[in-house]
Amino acid sequence: MTRPLLYGAAIFMAALFVAPFVWTLLTAVKTEAELYTFPPSFLPETWRWENFHTAWTKLPFTTFLTNSTIVVVLSTVGQLFSSSLVAFGFARFRFPGRDVLFVVVLASMMIPWDVKMIPLYMQFNFLGWINTLKPLIVPAWFGEAFFIFLLRQYIMSVPMEIDEAARMDGANSWQLYWRIHLPLMLPALVLVGTFQFMNAWNDYLGPLIFLNDQSKYTLTLGLSMFKGLHGQDFISIAAITVVLCLPPLVLFFFAQRYIMDSALGSSVKG
Amino acid sequence: MTVTTDTVVATSSRRRRRPVSHMVPWLFISPWIIGFVAFTLGPMLFSLYMSFFDWPIVGERTFIGLDNYVTMTTLDPQFWESLWITVKFALLFVPLNIAVGFLLALLLNAGLKGTGVLRTLFYLPSVISGVALVTIFSWLYSYRFGVLNYLLGFVGIDGPNWLGDPSWALVAIVFASLWGVGSTMLILLAGLQAIPRELYEAARISGVPAWARTLYITLPMLGPMLLFSIITSIISAFQQLTLALLLTEGGPLGSTYFFAMYIYDNAFKYFDMGYAAAMSWIMFGIVLLLSLAVMKSSSAWVHYEGEVRGKKGDKS
Repeated sequence: MTRPLLYGAAIFMAALFVAPFVWTLLTAVKTEAELYTFPPSFLPETWRWENFHTAWTKLPFTTFLTNSTIVVVLSTVGQLFSSSLVAFGFARFRFPGRDVLFVVVLASMMIPWDVKMIPLYMQFNFLGWINTLKPLIVPAWFGEAFFIFLLRQYIMSVPMEIDEAARMDGANSWQLYWRIHLPLMLPALVLVGTFQFMNAWNDYLGPLIFLNDQSKYTLTLGLSMFKGLHGQDFISIAAITVVLCLPPLVLFFFAQRYIMDSALGSSVKG
Repeated sequence: MTVTTDTVVATSSRRRRRPVSHMVPWLFISPWIIGFVAFTLGPMLFSLYMSFFDWPIVGERTFIGLDNYVTMTTLDPQFWESLWITVKFALLFVPLNIAVGFLLALLLNAGLKGTGVLRTLFYLPSVISGVALVTIFSWLYSYRFGVLNYLLGFVGIDGPNWLGDPSWALVAIVFASLWGVGSTMLILLAGLQAIPRELYEAARISGVPAWARTLYITLPMLGPMLLFSIITSIISAFQQLTLALLLTEGGPLGSTYFFAMYIYDNAFKYFDMGYAAAMSWIMFGIVLLLSLAVMKSSSAWVHYEGEVRGKKGDKS
């Protein structure tokens, strides 16, 4: 195949992947009148940045943002702590049943959420957690199979001599984890933190099922409700969509080196 | 972090570790064990138990044995209808997702300038929420004002009413889902980069054309990654719920009323928890069987490195 053809294909594909974002941003700053012109106008005649403020005040989006932030921060802290702890346990100790348990960890990644959704709802209902943020936060404090796997792979790449030296200096297992391995696995923790942030921030089905009071809604739920109420108000919908997309996109730009490397690295090993 | 190389060298007599209590490893992995029992194993068993009951969300529950399973397969046409819609979706989505992911990975592996930027751009849609994806696409797909049909007009295609026409809505959901092909692409790219260069060199020197190199070297060597991608694609196809709930609401005329959405409605709209639990186990069974079938069949088309090395020897 010829080079120019490949470059053409690359540019065409890149446009397909980026254009919807650009189009949404352009829609968000248009005027109502310009929205329904056909053929569609590409660049807005006037860039109405105040559309963002208008959209934001149409529903209590500040409350939704607060809720999303609480969920994201607390679940990410919990995930980083618990997954690294468990990963360390699997990577650095020998104990009966370890390998079988680790296979269970891996297998649990294959269970569709739909199977757990209904009993989890009953369970959280029984605990009185429905309509609180707890169902979205507490499970993250008990580790997640994929993250445990990633972190374990990372710890296993650290030479055993470091552990032995630390033990010689009198470090116990906790100190070994907390003072030696946790700092060492920082790159992997950035990756786990990024994924957890995105999962929590982007989650829709969890909030949909576990929350029913508007004062508890997260941003995704708020946007979907907004779409239900004002289905024709595309400018405001687009504006809120831009706000919803922004944090994961920004985070991704900063963390992408880790994401790409891990996808490439973990599979080469596996 | 105060470990110096000196101490490492000095004490690398190995094995002289202080004995660690038997309890310690279990303490470290205890969060996962508790979480697994409380949020995965427990709920799964409970859901299996529920599936043998007539279990309204409030009020009396009655043990009915296998009735839920019998009812859905013999008396509930919607069960089969939804299952068929999900299967159709999977039949479209899984091959396309793999094919597009593979082509993008090939493109990124071709040594073009700006590959890093391209990789980022292709991955971008994968980091946003399904809700954002829905709002973006519902506007793109708009019949009269949508930019998609406008652009199609340039190449002489009279775009359909994507979300309003029963014969197009499912296709529209497939296309929207394909926008998130990024993670499949990354995995396949990783697989491509792990293929030893010498294989291509040897083939090129022996005069094997490019298309044949892709077919006979790349695809078989990519086997394990393809296998993984196919299985994750199948799982995500069967779980498709967000797009059905928000983009089409199961319509028009029930043409996108996915199996997962029927489960959701049974549980949270009709409050028939037992029936919904039984349906979710049917789904789990199907996904499990399909994954196992793919894995079983894979011995025919997946080549692990050791075997390929042997083949390369044969050729040369």
